[in-house]
Amino acid sequence: MTVLDHDLAAAWTPDAHGPRRDPAPLLPDSEPVRILGTPALRRTADSPGGRELLRDLHRRLVVGRRFNQQATTLTKQGRLAVYPASTGQEACQIAVASALRPGDWLFPSYRDTLAVVSRGVDPVQTLTLLRGNAHCGYDPYEHQVAPLSTPLATQAPHAVGLAHAARLRGESTVALALVGDGGTSEGDFHEALNFAGVLNAPVVFLVQNNGYAISVPLAKQSAAPTLAHKAVGYGIQGRLVDGNDAVAVHIVLSEAVEHARTGRGPVLVEAVTYRLEAHTNADDAGRYRSAEEVERWQARDPLTLMERHLREAGVIGDADVAAAAAEAEELADRMRTLFHVKPQLDPMSLFAHVYAEPTPQLREQAAQLAAELAAEAATEERR
Amino acid sequence: MTTAAPPRTQPPRTATLASALNRALRDALREDPAVHILGEDVGTLGGVFRITDGLAAEFGADRCLDTPLAEAGILGTAVGMAMYGLRPVVEMQFDAFAYPAFEQLVSHVARMRNRTAGRMPLPITVRIPYGGGIGGVEHHSDSSEAYYAHTPGLHVVTPATVADGYGLLRAAIASDDPVVFLEPKRLYWSKDDWSAEAPAPVEPIGRAVVRRQGTSATLLTYGPSLPVCLEAAEAARAEGWDLSVVDLRSLAPFDDETVAAAVRSTGRAVVVHESSGFAGVGAEIAARVTERCFHHLAAPVLRVAGFDIPYPPPMLEQHHLPGVDRILDAVAKLQWEQ
Repeated sequence: MTVLDHDLAAAWTPDAHGPRRDPAPLLPDSEPVRILGTPALRRTADSPGGRELLRDLHRRLVVGRRFNQQATTLTKQGRLAVYPASTGQEACQIAVASALRPGDWLFPSYRDTLAVVSRGVDPVQTLTLLRGNAHCGYDPYEHQVAPLSTPLATQAPHAVGLAHAARLRGESTVALALVGDGGTSEGDFHEALNFAGVLNAPVVFLVQNNGYAISVPLAKQSAAPTLAHKAVGYGIQGRLVDGNDAVAVHIVLSEAVEHARTGRGPVLVEAVTYRLEAHTNADDAGRYRSAEEVERWQARDPLTLMERHLREAGVIGDADVAAAAAEAEELADRMRTLFHVKPQLDPMSLFAHVYAEPTPQLREQAAQLAAELAAEAATEERR
Repeated sequence: MTTAAPPRTQPPRTATLASALNRALRDALREDPAVHILGEDVGTLGGVFRITDGLAAEFGADRCLDTPLAEAGILGTAVGMAMYGLRPVVEMQFDAFAYPAFEQLVSHVARMRNRTAGRMPLPITVRIPYGGGIGGVEHHSDSSEAYYAHTPGLHVVTPATVADGYGLLRAAIASDDPVVFLEPKRLYWSKDDWSAEAPAPVEPIGRAVVRRQGTSATLLTYGPSLPVCLEAAEAARAEGWDLSVVDLRSLAPFDDETVAAAVRSTGRAVVVHESSGFAGVGAEIAARVTERCFHHLAAPVLRVAGFDIPYPPPMLEQHHLPGVDRILDAVAKLQWEQ
């Protein structure tokens, strides 16, 4: 008798035990993909439509930065309840919108308001959640944007399910889910990637690794070589990109979206970036990271990088910069005007959309609130 | 030489709850291409309780999908499918195995309509086999209805008869709101007169039904405890009590009207369920009945429930589950001396 009688390789059943695929093609790039400051920028500029693309990305970045600034100001003025700024991450935020086609779906989390605005959703509607007057101010079906998700990574399986449904219907819709570095620790992130791989769903996951989950750095979050390497365990493609290089993020995301759209499977993209502001206006980033570290990343500001390299390449000039700045100021003006109008909210709307039809119990409670409001109004009148 | 008469094919006159549920799923898949079943082992195997038996073979693996073993992933995927216009029916394998999906259920499924001001309803049915009495080892016998009934935005429904198994499941799948559909697993193989050839019409969700009309006191119950209550009502005749038995069928929304009328007609009430009593559905029912029927009551509303313990091992479960004697003991305490 030899051990060969019990040879594992001979008994191995691919369906039951797994296909034993070669992981090498799934591995992310060893270095994050960069375009700005490399010869690839010239090639991009010279490609058909290249210059227009680069100018458009620059314009979106300028407008995006202004959006973040204005939203932060509105928070200081008490116009927003809270604002998790994506300042420093604008390259990722705007590339999300430029990489998707109309009809594709975006699944953002709470820090991704700029991505939502870049996708075409009205800024005031986008910020409704953070203003505090409703949970989701926009119609998800108007621009194919799911509500901003607050529980981390819980929107990732939704993207998988939507992409799966689209594939079942023979439609070419791609879903893009946005997750942060902290969110990759959540079980839902794991389950979403696993389902995506098994179902071969046309979905792309973009992890914006901004270094911190509130105060906890990635070293305490994950021991993975990179977050992009997590893809390999699910049999899907991993990509690593410089998240402050808007051109690189656009190109890598666009390739990922096409990869998914053409049935070649889901993709996990890790964009290495940095949150220049605190977690929210209620956070004190000085308690967990050094000023020197922030300065190093300010030197890699995505907007500065873009402007410098596109000017050097002769893609943009003063006129482009001025035009973008004017568009940004226009947006800021509009935001100021619209947010200075106090929203009129109907308390009775509390009962409007709990079920398709209110239950008898909710009807009773609505009547109770209506009576309270009537009594308040009567008291007000007597004064 | 005699010729045997050809066998007459007659529709079966009795059916099990399991077969009625299977039939409801089959009819829903056939009538609406948007209906998709997904869950663990629901495809090739037909589910561990065989409720999806034959459906993958008849409608294809995409319509009755074997998923990875991950409940949050299953329900989260169903959310995305529903967003895209499908009508997912999720099977959770067992009550206690549904807990990983709790966040998806509470944070998304239950409130997506509300979050989006009615723009994004999620017509998802979550089927969960629940309750004990089948000799299951731990984590196979939980009664989890209170967790779900406490969550605004969900309908929570539980059939106790074969006809309701069909009718309520069809209603759940047809509902534009998410429905947690709790299947009393110890009744899966119970039989009633019911013909799959002429299934009962779809039941509206939210209506209780009086299963037995009595005069002395009213038992309020649902799901796996209904047969026990009906048995108790029969046994009570020997004590001179004529008991009403109300099958709630829907825990959310709650049929206050039927329940209050049934309690007022007898003036005494006992709520019976096998899940733990503390902060359970029975506490809510007792409070609602008291609020609505106080001047009609001759005694406090009592509860007969499982003890406030983790579900016991199978060799001890008969001491935990409310039985006929415990129900009759409660009825005896309804201050008859007055």
